[in-house]
Amino acid sequence: MIKEYNTVREIVGPLMLVEEVEGVKYEELAEIELPNGDLRNGRVLEVNRDRALIQLLEGVIGVNVRETKVRFKGKGMELDVAEDILGRVFDGQGRPIDKGPKIIPEKRLDINSSPINPFARDYPSEFIQTGLSTIDGLNTLVRGQKLPIFSGSGLPHAKMAAQIARQARVLGVEEEFAVVFAAMGITFEEAQFFIQDFQKTGAIERSVLFVNLANDPAIERISTPRFALTAAEYLAFEKDMHVLVILTDMTNYCEALREVSAARQEVPGRRGYPGYLYTDLSSIYERAGRIRGKKGSITQIPVLSMPEDDKTHPIPDLTGYITEGQLVLSRAMHRRGIYPPVDVLQSLSRLKDKGIGEGKTREDHSDVFNQLFAAYARGLEARELEVILGEAALSDIDRIFYRFAEDFERRYIAQEETEDRGIELTLDTGWELMASLPTTELKRIRVAFLEKYLSRFKEKVEEKKEVS
Amino acid sequence: MKPGRIVKVAGPLVVADNMTNTKIYDVVRVSEMKLMGEVIEMRGDEASIQVYEETGGLGVGAPVYPTGEALSVELGPGLIEPIYDGVQRPLNIIMDQAGNRITRGIDIPGLSRDAKWDFKPSVKPGDKVEEGDVLGTVQETVLVLHRVMVPPGVRGTVKKIESGEHVVTDRIAVIEDDNGKDIDITMITRWPVRTPRPYKEKVMPTEPLSTGQRVIDAFFPITKGGTACVPGPFGSGKTVVQHQLAKWADAQIIVYVGCGERGNEMTDVLIEFPQLTDPHSGEPLMLRTILIANTSNMPVAAREASVYTGITLAEYYRDMGYSVALMADSTSRWAEAMREMSGRLEEMPGEEGYPAYLGTRIAEFYERAGKVVCLGKDNRIGALSVIGAVSPPGGDLSDPVVQATLRVVRVFWSLEDKLAYRRHFPAISWLTSYSLYVPNLEEYLLKEYGKEWIDNVESALAILQEEAELEEIVRLVGLDALSPDKRLIMETAKSIREDFLHQNAFDDVDTYSSFEKMVKLMELVLLFHSLAEEALNAGVPVVDIALLPERERIARAKFTPEDKLDEFEKIKDEIRKAFKDLKEKVLAEA
Repeated sequence: MIKEYNTVREIVGPLMLVEEVEGVKYEELAEIELPNGDLRNGRVLEVNRDRALIQLLEGVIGVNVRETKVRFKGKGMELDVAEDILGRVFDGQGRPIDKGPKIIPEKRLDINSSPINPFARDYPSEFIQTGLSTIDGLNTLVRGQKLPIFSGSGLPHAKMAAQIARQARVLGVEEEFAVVFAAMGITFEEAQFFIQDFQKTGAIERSVLFVNLANDPAIERISTPRFALTAAEYLAFEKDMHVLVILTDMTNYCEALREVSAARQEVPGRRGYPGYLYTDLSSIYERAGRIRGKKGSITQIPVLSMPEDDKTHPIPDLTGYITEGQLVLSRAMHRRGIYPPVDVLQSLSRLKDKGIGEGKTREDHSDVFNQLFAAYARGLEARELEVILGEAALSDIDRIFYRFAEDFERRYIAQEETEDRGIELTLDTGWELMASLPTTELKRIRVAFLEKYLSRFKEKVEEKKEVS
Repeated sequence: MKPGRIVKVAGPLVVADNMTNTKIYDVVRVSEMKLMGEVIEMRGDEASIQVYEETGGLGVGAPVYPTGEALSVELGPGLIEPIYDGVQRPLNIIMDQAGNRITRGIDIPGLSRDAKWDFKPSVKPGDKVEEGDVLGTVQETVLVLHRVMVPPGVRGTVKKIESGEHVVTDRIAVIEDDNGKDIDITMITRWPVRTPRPYKEKVMPTEPLSTGQRVIDAFFPITKGGTACVPGPFGSGKTVVQHQLAKWADAQIIVYVGCGERGNEMTDVLIEFPQLTDPHSGEPLMLRTILIANTSNMPVAAREASVYTGITLAEYYRDMGYSVALMADSTSRWAEAMREMSGRLEEMPGEEGYPAYLGTRIAEFYERAGKVVCLGKDNRIGALSVIGAVSPPGGDLSDPVVQATLRVVRVFWSLEDKLAYRRHFPAISWLTSYSLYVPNLEEYLLKEYGKEWIDNVESALAILQEEAELEEIVRLVGLDALSPDKRLIMETAKSIREDFLHQNAFDDVDTYSSFEKMVKLMELVLLFHSLAEEALNAGVPVVDIALLPERERIARAKFTPEDKLDEFEKIKDEIRKAFKDLKEKVLAEA
C-alpha cells in the first residue's frame, strides 16, 4: 500500500520539504496531489531522517502547505518503451502528447542508465556523410560520436541540425536508423520548425520527439534529455538501430539545473552554476557511443547557445571538455550571408582521423584536409592585413591566399540548405580550390596524390582563365 | 561489528549513525546492495560517507557495514594485464560478470586469484631479511620482472621458501621474526592508497626522462622522478601529449589514470596500445602499462580515489627499483570531485567553491613522486615521475587548480589554443613553459651530448624569443621593413618552429624522436643559421638564402627513420656546399 503524506512543511522555489516520512528512497519518484485534485510529479533530491526534499518537475503554483498530499511511488523515473515509440511526440516527461494511441510498453526503463563499461565500448570509426562540406570534409562526424554545435542567439543552428538529421547516412549500406529529438525550453516556433521539417521529408516516421517548450515547466527540462536518451538506448542497443540524437538547447537545461542548485542554497561554482555541472553534463553526453557486439549506435548532436558568443562560458567550456570536438558557428560569417556559418578554425572533430581515408572516404582526404586548413588559415591572416593596408598593398603570394580564403568560404563552406553534397564532390571542390594555389605551396599533400588528382583540376582552372 | 544505519542521502554523500566503532577513512559497505563507501567525516556517532557507486534508491534506515580497513589496493603480480576502475576493480572482469554496463554492488578483487605465477626464489632458508628485500621474482610480462618483496614492517630470518607455480594467495615464504614468531608471506600485499609507501631516502633527480617529444626533451625536460603539469583549454591537445608520453617515455612502467575523462578516449588507449611497440624493447607497449579508467560518467567519489589508486600502484613498482611514470588525465576532474564532496559536506568554500584544503591535497599528491633509495639491503634506486594534465575553465591559468599545481611541480608545459588553431602540435608554448630541472640535468647532458648541445638549445630559445619581439614590428610595418639580419632571425625561428618543434603524433616516424636524432636535427637548423649569417656578411641577399632549396631538405629531415640517421651528415654537406656556391656567385658578380 502506498502511504499518503499531508505533512508538507516548506515550499521554496521548485523545492518542497515533506516531514514525518518513512522509507523514502533517494531519487524516488513522488506524486503530488494539489488541493484542486491536479496531479504533479516530483523527484526526491535528499532524504534526511524523517524529511524528504522533493524537486517539483512542473512548478509550484497551486501547491499549499495544508492540503497538498504526497505519495512516494517506490521507484525512480521510468520511460515506457516499445518499438511503437517511433513516429511519436512526447512531452518533457515522456508522456505522449500527439493524441495518438497509448504506448503498450514492451518494458519500462529507468531514465538514469548505468555507465557503459569503457572496456565494453567499441571505438567509433564509421564515417557519417551529412552532405555538409564543412562537416564531412573538415570536421568529420563518425558513428557513436558526440559533436555539439556551439551557436548563439539568432544563428541558424536549428536549420543546420535539421539538415544533418535529414541527410545523415553511412555510405554504401542500408541500415535501420532513427532520430531522437529532445527540445528543452525552445520556442514553439523553433520546435514546430523541426516537427514540420521531419514531417515534410517523412523522417517523422523514424523519429521520436520529446518536447519541453519555453513555457513548459523549467524543472522538467532536467529530465527531458534523460528520457530522450533512454529511448535512444533502447532503439540502438536493443533494436539494433543507428540513432542520431539532437538535444537542443543545452543552455536552457543548464539554467534549470542552476535554478534547483540555487534553491538548495548550494555553494555555487563559476557564474552561479553548481560545482557538479561537469559531472551532470557528462552523465548525458557520455551516453553516446558504440558497444562491442551490438549493431546499433548513438550519435549525439547537442546544440547550445553560447551566452554573448563566449566560448569560455561554463556551459560551452565544460561541454567542450566532454564532447569529441565542437562545431562553432560564427556571427561574422552569418552576417556575410554564408550558410552554414561554421568557424572552421575553431571547430574540431576529435574522431575525424579514425573515420577518413581509404575505404572510408577517399585516400587523399587527410592530406586535402590539412592543406585546405593551412591555406585557409593563411588566407585569413592575409585578410587581416588587407583590412589594415588594402588589397593593393598585399604581396603577390598573400593576394593569392587572400582570394583563396574568399573562394573557400563561398564555394566550399557555403551551400544551400537543401544541398546534399556527396563526399566525392566535397573533396573535388577542395582540389579545385587548391588548384588556384602555386603547386610549390601545396606542401602538406603527398606527391603521389598531387600527381594523381591535381592535374585534373589544374586543367580546369587553366581553361577558365583562358575563357575569361 | 554492528552495522550503522543511514540517516541521510544526498547524491554521493550518505550520513549514517551508530558508527562509533569505525575509523575515519575506513571503507564501509552501504545497504544490502553492499555499495562501497569511505568515511570522510565523523561527528559524535554519525559518519559522513562518500559512496563510490550511484546512490539512487538508498533510503533512511538501511544498514551500513564497517570493514575496519582503510581504502586499500591489492599489490602483487597481475596488475599489468587488466584495466581498473578508480577503486581497483578490473573492468574486463566486470564486463564478463555484469555485461556492458557497470551495475552496482559488484565486488571483484583487484588481482586474479586463479592466475599462476612461476615464482623463482632469490633467498634461501636461514637468510636474514628486512623490509623491502627481494624474496624472489616472477616474470609478470615479457617486459616486467616482478620482484616480490618483504612487506614493510617485517624483518627476521627466512624459515621456508617455495618455488614454482603459485597463485597470489599461496604462502611462498615463512619469515621468523626477532621474537620467534612465524610470519606467512604471500605474493599479495594490501596497502592503503592515501598513505605513501615508505622508502629509505629521497635523492635529487639528475637523469632525464626521455619522452621522444622534441619540444619537451630539448627545451623543457623532465627528470626520472620529476613532476610536470600540462594545463590547457579543450582542443589544445592535452590528451594527445599525455598519450604520447605514455607511449614513448623511457620509463620501465607506465601508469595511466584516465580520471573523469571521455569513455571513447580510454577505448582508444585500449585498442591502440596493444598494437604499438616499445621503441626500446620492441615488445607491445601494453606489457608495461597499467590502466586506470574512471570516465566522467562513472561515480564521482571513485574519481577522487582513482588518482590515489594510480599512484599507489606506481609506488609499488618504484619500490622494486624501477623507473615509473604516472600520467593523470585530468587532475582538474579530481579537484572537482573534491569540490563536489566538500559542497555536500557544507564546508566553507575557498576559491571558486574549491575546498580550502585543495592546495594541500595537490601538494601531497605530487610530493609522492621522486627518485628514492628503496627499502631493502641492496639499496636499489627507484624513480616515480608524475605528469598531471589540468583542464582550467576557458584555458584560464588563474584557475585555483592550476595555481595550486604550479606551486609544487617543477615543469610547466603550457598548451596554447592559439598554437592549436594553427595546427602547431604539440601546442606547447616555447615562450611561457619552463623546466626547473635544467640545472639538475646539465651534468648528465654535458657528459652524453657535449657542450654544443647545451649551447644550441640556448641559442634556439634566444632566437624564438627575439622572433616574438620582432613579430610586433612585422605586424605594424610588414616583413620587408626589417633589416636583413633580423629577417634571417625570422626565417630561422620559423625553421625551428616548423622543422624542429612541430611534431606529428600521427606520423609513424615523427611520432617518436630519439635524443640522438633530436640533437642532429637541431644541429642542422642552426648550421643553416650560422652559415646564413656568414653569407649575409659576405653580401649575399637574404632573399637568396630564403629561397635555397636545401631548406626543404631540413623540413623533411624529421621524417628520417631512426636507423638512417647518417642522412643528416649528407644534408649538412649539401647545405655547406649551397652556401659556398652562393658566396662564390656573389663574389663573381662583384
